[in-house]
Amino acid sequence: MKLTVWTYEGPPHVGAMRVATGMTGLHYVLHAPQGDTYADLLFTMIERRDHRPPVTYTTFQARDLGSDTAGLFKTSCQDAYDRFQPEAIIVGASCTAELIQDDPGGLAETMGLDIPVIPLELPSYQRKENFGADETFFQIVRHLAKPMERTERITCNILGPTALGFRHRDDIQEITNLLYELGVEVNVTAPMTATPSDIAKMGQAHFNVLLYPETGEQAARYCERTFGQPYTKVVPIGTGATHDFIAEIRDLTGSTVELDTDRLRQTWWSRSVDSTYLTGKRVFIFGDGTHVKAAARIARDEMGFEVAGMGCYNREMARDIRAVAKEYGVEALITDDYLEVERAIEALQPEMILGTQMERHIGKRLGIPCAVISAPVHVQDFPARYSPQMGFEGANVIFDTWIHPLVMGLEEHLLHMFRDDFEFHDAAGPSHHGGHAPKPLEPAASEGGSMPSEVAHVANDPVQDGNVIWLAAAEKELKKIPFFVRGKARRNTETYATQKGLAEISLDTLYEAKAHYAR
Amino acid sequence: MTDLMPPPPALGCRSSPVLKQRGQREVFCGLTGIIWLHRKIQDAFFLVVGSRTCAHLLQSAAGVMIFAEPRFGTAILEESDLAGLNDAHAELDRTVQQLLARRPDIRQLFLVGSCPSEVIKLDLSRAAERLTQEFAPKVRVLEYSGSGIETTFTQGEDACLASMVPVLPTTDARELMVVGALPDVVEDQMLSLLADLGIGPVRVLPARNIDSETAVGPNTVFALTQPFLGETHAALERRGARHLAAPFPFGEEGTTAWLAAIAKEFGVSDERFNKVTEAPRRRARQAIAQASEPLHSKSVFFFPDSQLEIPLARFLTRECGMSAVEVGSPYIHDALHGPDLDLLPAGPQISEGQDVDLQLDRCREARPDLTVCGLGLANPLEAEGLSTKWAIELVFTPVHFYEQAGDLASLFARPLRRKNILGMAAE
Repeated sequence: MKLTVWTYEGPPHVGAMRVATGMTGLHYVLHAPQGDTYADLLFTMIERRDHRPPVTYTTFQARDLGSDTAGLFKTSCQDAYDRFQPEAIIVGASCTAELIQDDPGGLAETMGLDIPVIPLELPSYQRKENFGADETFFQIVRHLAKPMERTERITCNILGPTALGFRHRDDIQEITNLLYELGVEVNVTAPMTATPSDIAKMGQAHFNVLLYPETGEQAARYCERTFGQPYTKVVPIGTGATHDFIAEIRDLTGSTVELDTDRLRQTWWSRSVDSTYLTGKRVFIFGDGTHVKAAARIARDEMGFEVAGMGCYNREMARDIRAVAKEYGVEALITDDYLEVERAIEALQPEMILGTQMERHIGKRLGIPCAVISAPVHVQDFPARYSPQMGFEGANVIFDTWIHPLVMGLEEHLLHMFRDDFEFHDAAGPSHHGGHAPKPLEPAASEGGSMPSEVAHVANDPVQDGNVIWLAAAEKELKKIPFFVRGKARRNTETYATQKGLAEISLDTLYEAKAHYAR
Repeated sequence: MTDLMPPPPALGCRSSPVLKQRGQREVFCGLTGIIWLHRKIQDAFFLVVGSRTCAHLLQSAAGVMIFAEPRFGTAILEESDLAGLNDAHAELDRTVQQLLARRPDIRQLFLVGSCPSEVIKLDLSRAAERLTQEFAPKVRVLEYSGSGIETTFTQGEDACLASMVPVLPTTDARELMVVGALPDVVEDQMLSLLADLGIGPVRVLPARNIDSETAVGPNTVFALTQPFLGETHAALERRGARHLAAPFPFGEEGTTAWLAAIAKEFGVSDERFNKVTEAPRRRARQAIAQASEPLHSKSVFFFPDSQLEIPLARFLTRECGMSAVEVGSPYIHDALHGPDLDLLPAGPQISEGQDVDLQLDRCREARPDLTVCGLGLANPLEAEGLSTKWAIELVFTPVHFYEQAGDLASLFARPLRRKNILGMAAE
């Protein structure tokens, strides 16, 4: 049993839904109790889809358990076939149906439907959403894709995008265009945008472009083994990664077409003097493995940040992320426990968080700016405008997205110069953070109801932190430091005091520490 | 005291044939009630014993992470818990200890059963008993089921309140108990109306914390503010309390009828009743008149969701000038819904339960001006040119009693007003 407050990933059958909903002509018959239909709203509300997900839930209730849930499954399956006339059906069980062991796959097989029926085994008590998507897509490819003659011109498949993916809609467009410019046509993009008959002709492509290892890697490996299609290893998020991706495509295809990179503004924007203030900002990075890996590279090599910590919530990527973290000289945090991530951020006091919607929430509580880089998704992650993460335009989008939450160069200086100004008090907050709502003094207490959380106590206890005691004058001075660097100042001073073996922090200690850490 | 009210229709819906279908239900399970119950009962923690799906549902239904550290969580069952039930009990004890150590402010802990915990027959009542003994007197541990195989959406609140009834202290006092979770501001309005009528003491269930004086006994009479409290109704009757049947307090008419039933029981004079209710009734009528303008002569179709459908259809047809095409409810209890069905003019199809695909066919055929449905259906129906109102908002928004009557009409009018503003009026 694991106590969970918020989760980064849903159950594996939600992953299967992401695959089914991204496709057309495929239907998912899900053996599930009443209530599991909540998952529909993820697609219709968060992603604003104008169609119901192609999912039929058997909706069994307690009174069915003693009788014939298997019969209920078969009726639902037949009804779905008659009503929706899909090209293929995937069948499976949600967590509860897994326990009653009706074997939806076996049942569907006995029905003699004249379309492919693909059974899914998704262990709900061991695995999670990304696995569910990856496994479902793999099973669909395994059942439907056939060896075929290669297309005459060089083509590839794009693998991995699903419904409810973080910017998948726009990444597909950006990468399709990029490939086109390199002289490579896209044979099939799957699962999102594909029909079962598209999947059947995946074998025509010369190679595969794996955009999202989380949801497409098993299928990519299968195609490599079965059809001899190599797949790309670089995920083109960020300027450097996009150039590496292009090099990889050139290797695979022999393409020598010159690319027009005029629309890549990120490099100049990052070099322009206004960006100097970004130098050495300490960032904490958390999300799914693929996006974290990409974000770390962008943060250090393209933005000039310092990576203070990183981690991912999907254990499947743990090994990768540990290796990357080592390269950056930090310890990787591999956890799906939101509270653990919060504790790590609190301890590190970064100047910025690159995370998910969960870390955005943590940032709000701790007063640390946050830009969102990864799923789990929120309605805000489906903007009306074109907003990819991949390719050159993706690099531009990321530059903008990451600097907007930060206090800009000159504003930072003004805040330093006039830190006692009555309008610069803590409650005012920076001008661009929206609204004029005063910052709550005890965020946890005001948001969490009448009972402040344990975490808040630690955060708000100004005097006792570790073994070092802040003297009143130093504490007062600390409060004069603008809030967005105060966390860092506190942490640096305490580290400095501990190193020097001091039990108390005086005004002098504060400024000695400042001098010590000056850069 | 009800002389100012329009007469009931010659023929209501109470004896109308009910269409009962069985198929896919597009509804939430009872766990969803935790979203509002944990705000209402301020010293309670709701621990769902379930799967990752349960945790994901709560997070998705809450929409965003509103609360820094909410007073609910999920003990997610893992492979090892399924192997042996004894171990599962030990694991549960460990999880509860960990939780209560972390949150010393918790006085009531609800263990909430889910589909998986029920299918593996994890006996939460035994666990609750054991844990109550362990943590008494500081923490009281209760259990109820919010599972989808047992409960539909608001039935979760019903199961929660019903689980509290057996542990309420006994009293012989003649008291009024008002049952149903209301937003504090609405509850305060109601208490002040009842106080002005000279009725008291009034107890509420659920109370805001464990130290309240809510008790029950043979001289208790109770009124329900929510139409989905069938189990709680039965549990209170088992403790000897008597139910005051009435239409539910939505809109001016519903609120007046609800108050009148209580006033009659407590012998309040017509004069006093009229004096107390006159001003708020006038305000409510005025507010409804203003807000309901876009609703006049429009048709409405209810998909089953919260069991609020029948009282709301009554409000929309009798106070907002709408006509109902179909009124679907997950369950219909005559003892609870009868008074509202009496007032709802005959005509609409009354349906109980759901086969969502067949119901969608009927809805498309009828092309109602407004469709009240769940979040999974709203955008797809909008894309087909229908106007929709999300049913869940009716549960999350203060809509009861006089001062909210105008807001309630506005909730339904807003989608139609919006279409007008955007120049895409339906039809």
